[in-house]
Amino acid sequence: MSNWVLRGLRTGIKSTRYPRSLERAPGTTPGLPASTTLGSAADAEALASVCPTRALQSLEQEVRVDDGRCVNCRRCERRAGARADWRDDFEWAHAPTPDGPTLELPAAFAGSLHVLVVDAGDCGACLSELAQLSGPYYNMQRLGLFITPSPRHADVMVVVGPLTVNMRDGVRRCYEAMPEPRRVVAVGACAISGGVFAGSFAAGDGVAGAVPVDLVVPGCPPPPLALLHALLVVTGRAAGAAPR
Amino acid sequence: MNAAKFSLAPVDLAETSISELPGAAVAASERESSALAALVCDTAGQELRLLYLFRKRQAAGWHALSVLLRPEQRRVPSIVGPLHAADWREREIEDLFGIVFEGHPRLGDFVLHDERWREQLAPMLPSASLSDSAPVPARAWQPRSVLRAAGAFTMPVGPVYSGVTESALFLLETLGEDVLRASPRTFYKYRALEKIVENSKPEDALLRVERCSGTSAVAHAWAFAQAVERIRGLVVDARAQTLRVFLAELERYRHHVAAIREICESTSTLVATSQASLLEEELLRLCCDLAGHRYLFGAVTIGGVSLEIGAADLRRALDRLREIDRRLIALEESLRYSSGFLDRIEEVGIISFEAALSHGLVGPLARASGVPDDLRSSQPYGPYGTLVFEVPTESEGDGYARLRVLFSETKQSLRLLEQLVDAPEGAAPPREEPAVAAIGWSETPRGACIAYARLHPDGTVARLHLTTPSFANWLGFYVAAEAFAFQDFPIILATLDLSVAESDR
Repeated sequence: MSNWVLRGLRTGIKSTRYPRSLERAPGTTPGLPASTTLGSAADAEALASVCPTRALQSLEQEVRVDDGRCVNCRRCERRAGARADWRDDFEWAHAPTPDGPTLELPAAFAGSLHVLVVDAGDCGACLSELAQLSGPYYNMQRLGLFITPSPRHADVMVVVGPLTVNMRDGVRRCYEAMPEPRRVVAVGACAISGGVFAGSFAAGDGVAGAVPVDLVVPGCPPPPLALLHALLVVTGRAAGAAPR
Repeated sequence: MNAAKFSLAPVDLAETSISELPGAAVAASERESSALAALVCDTAGQELRLLYLFRKRQAAGWHALSVLLRPEQRRVPSIVGPLHAADWREREIEDLFGIVFEGHPRLGDFVLHDERWREQLAPMLPSASLSDSAPVPARAWQPRSVLRAAGAFTMPVGPVYSGVTESALFLLETLGEDVLRASPRTFYKYRALEKIVENSKPEDALLRVERCSGTSAVAHAWAFAQAVERIRGLVVDARAQTLRVFLAELERYRHHVAAIREICESTSTLVATSQASLLEEELLRLCCDLAGHRYLFGAVTIGGVSLEIGAADLRRALDRLREIDRRLIALEESLRYSSGFLDRIEEVGIISFEAALSHGLVGPLARASGVPDDLRSSQPYGPYGTLVFEVPTESEGDGYARLRVLFSETKQSLRLLEQLVDAPEGAAPPREEPAVAAIGWSETPRGACIAYARLHPDGTVARLHLTTPSFANWLGFYVAAEAFAFQDFPIILATLDLSVAESDR
């Protein structure tokens, strides 16, 4: 008989100090390309053209990043010639548009937020990152964040995947079953823009095709820290990134 | 395309006719005890070509039967009677190409759900008009109950259910205490990956192949890259081959730790779940540190890898992995003597050797039932033929046997990684003749992935088909999930380690 209690205690506390201080451990975030200013307009155009999902747009010497389209292939960073700058932060969540309705839930939700996770065609990576949230390193429960199995108990619906046709009804029905006030968070490039599956006849171009989206979390997949940040933004305990 | 000139590298191809098909397929499966590895439908001018691809189990080599269907021919005899492994493969082609497999016991409502899509859409045909494919409320779908007894009812679970889980619907038929029969309904996540890569550059198709199964991206990308390299006659240099193995084995190790974590979680062994979760996160960080992505996306490219990793970095990664491995072994030891845990996973979800073989199961699932198939040793690709490792098997075919196989395989992955760090650069493989179409394969963490690719003369993708391990292994669900207690359901699912995304594509 193994002594699990002792084993657990001996491991000690592993939880990240985020959000009290920023987590800097290597490998916690893959980063995202950042808007970059290059030497010439031709360089900028050449750099923008390597992006397979048109996440980069060149405007004269500048290359701007549409982070909701970026699938983290790193072609813009690993190419020969002018490269995109890279940001190694993780507080990426932002409102889908600059002038949307109020994002934060009322103060009563700050200490207890129940999250329903709905898979609308995810490849497995976003779900895997969501699963890490309950693990010892990220320990979402310590922040009053909980995964709930039922839409009836959910304050927030987190949707991953490009919204497949076969799941569209399921997502909509979950949303309708949620009590108000409710919020929808689109997690990952697929859920925001369709990602690499954009334009498929069997999958939409993101979750907004079925339900109103209040917050988007870029990344392919967004790391657990970015997901924690997003849920804190919904409760009003952290500021969102600037919407594009 | 001139049909007579079709060749499929590196496969021994034989033409057959519709009338001779069932006999020829059985004969092909008996040739050097081969397993049905893939069933691919491709266009060939105005005609359709069905390819029945077989993998030799005792020696290296592939062979295939090719059947050409004239435009008016849309009925083909099913081979599911003698070869169970063809079950889902025929259903898929029926839905996507409109070919009716006569004699198949249950066609219809598979990839394209009846309540969403009109019948006869056949979206993979070039002539399919997808512009008007906007879902129509065709007809309500009703689950089919097989159990006939007083008080029998069907309990649906999904497609959205508890926790962080993939979308799939399970119909549990019961009389109240035990589940007597369980059937899955998948393809809620059908993203039509194989349709949207058509006419795109292989380099861009690769991004989608990686995201067919995000938790085994390297292995899937490798299989597809191999097929394209074969078509183009590209040679991958020895250094890139070494890095591919390194990343693929790292991915396998991480995947297995995640699978072990899920098994612990399904039995509510909380401390063990936390311990495995710690290791999983550390492995994700290790991957990100080494290759810039926690799931190693973007590392494999057509013709090589996208990044150079120096020997010092590999050695450092290996040192960290050895430290993780030490703790994984300690976890294994604790679980082995944890009777509460063992009681939950022993004799649960049993798949016999015979069933694993006849249903064409692959990967750790099949190896836990005593089928020693592993493409790394049976059909060596890349440098695997020169590396030393074992293929662990167990014989019980229950949940515990599957867990033990996962643990044993992490040790073999570590053994492979150790050989790579200081390995002298091997010779590059001989250049192969360019071909019209080719297959590529890899042993992904969940088992064999076979990629079929045909390119247009301009180099864009004409057809891609992925036979993923989860697609093959979902057939095992029918076998494993028979007559069990309700509380065992999550445990059976966790030990089967089936990915819905990988199967649905």
